[in-house]
Amino acid sequence: MRLNSVTKEMLLSATLVISVAVVGLLVWEFIVWHFELPKALLPTPRQCLSAAIDQRTALLEGLVSTGLAAVSGLVCAVTLGSILAMIFSQSRKLRLALFPYVILLQTVPVVAIAPLLIIWSGYTFRTVVMVTVIVCLFPIVNGVTTGLLALDRDTSDLFRVYVAGRWKTLRSLQIPSAVGHLILGTKTSAALAVIGAIVAEFFVGNGTSYDGLGTLMTGWQALAKTDALIAALFASAVLGLALFGSVQLLAKTILRRWVNT
Amino acid sequence: MTAPSQHASSIHCESLTVRYPGDFLALTDVSLEIPSGEILSLVGPSGCGKTTLLRLIAGLESPTAGSVVAQPAIRGELGEIAFVFQQPTLLSWRSALQNVALPLELLAKQPMARPLGRRERLQAAERALVSVGLKDAMHKYPRQLSGGMKMRVSIARALVTNPRVLLLDEPFAALDEMLRDQLGEMLLELWREQRFTAVMVTHNISESVLLSHRIAILDGGQLKETFENPLSWPRGEMMRATTEFGEFYRHVSSTLRKV
Repeated sequence: MRLNSVTKEMLLSATLVISVAVVGLLVWEFIVWHFELPKALLPTPRQCLSAAIDQRTALLEGLVSTGLAAVSGLVCAVTLGSILAMIFSQSRKLRLALFPYVILLQTVPVVAIAPLLIIWSGYTFRTVVMVTVIVCLFPIVNGVTTGLLALDRDTSDLFRVYVAGRWKTLRSLQIPSAVGHLILGTKTSAALAVIGAIVAEFFVGNGTSYDGLGTLMTGWQALAKTDALIAALFASAVLGLALFGSVQLLAKTILRRWVNT
Repeated sequence: MTAPSQHASSIHCESLTVRYPGDFLALTDVSLEIPSGEILSLVGPSGCGKTTLLRLIAGLESPTAGSVVAQPAIRGELGEIAFVFQQPTLLSWRSALQNVALPLELLAKQPMARPLGRRERLQAAERALVSVGLKDAMHKYPRQLSGGMKMRVSIARALVTNPRVLLLDEPFAALDEMLRDQLGEMLLELWREQRFTAVMVTHNISESVLLSHRIAILDGGQLKETFENPLSWPRGEMMRATTEFGEFYRHVSSTLRKV
């Protein structure tokens, strides 16, 4: 069977990632065994795996909740960020006036924003999504704005020769040119989305029925269940990788024509 | 002299001056008459104002003083003027066919009584691609085309609107000698069919001698000399071997060396 280049590259990437993971796990197992570390401080990978199996229902539910929040936040950030970037690309004055506030949003620590959002929006899934959006927004706005504005002079002139209006230039030149930048921004934000959702869950999950990975981590930390805590940590990493991989897959399949510029 | 073309526009450049910030004079009092259906080559050293003059005719820049008047008036929104850049400037996410159809999508107004539908636009693009010998590469993307093929697509895109005026800014500069000659001949063939007015910036004297009716030499933003090309029509590659070609080539070349 002949494999196309995308499949070959993905297989190679998966093989390399798994090889690094196997080596890492062996080193970890060796360190715990060699230094005789207690389970509460650092359990072995096998103990973590055992905890993951024991807690599989909770972990799976947490993975789904956090995954839903991260994906929702990422999708909202891509939509909102792209709209903002399009506005910024059309008006220099609006860009100058508003872009610093987008940067400001990025510089304010998410742990400071989350409690405020809980006051305004409650201990809800919506709050987790809102925090995720805030964390994910900047790379998208920054990337897409750059993409929309980074036009080659001759190509812009080509559109000017035919007196193409602002809308036609945006639709036929600027947006397709910016897809590559959007993908780059979304990849960065995909990793941030999981972080944003988990940090929000640290606050939102306390004392509620919300059951994201962040909530589980807070609970297991309080109970000194280090093995389960590490299992949750791996679950969140898997979630981040899955999100990143999905964006990558999208770029290499459906959006390939626009990304390979 | 060429016979006036029904379809083309004549261009009248009157005392064009362009001053850029920093008091840099790109053009100084350039007046030039380009009759309809003529191919004019602009030659001169780098930075002499050739491209600036071309951009002024295209309406991409405004002069500090002077004016450009076309007769009949050129309306960019109807695709009556087209520009071929040094680089093909093809949109990588569009096939050759879609790239050629682009101007018909962009035009603010349509030359027909009703706007061209997608099918009609693609049919017009297909005809343009056939005219540049790229029938078999229509559905290929720019990354799948060679440098020469990309430039052919670029020329087809410029001609798809059937322009009155075609402006070319060193269109073959990035190509090798053989391709350059082939595309020059192709341009002559297209001109014979469509009789547009063409203004071409080039550094290649041989190219300007073979392709144009007149050659204008610019230096330091000023128009130094205009030569009527004595070579007869029709022209082709074989003409390069003639005595007339050699004499006119040497004449232009020696004038250019003196400026």
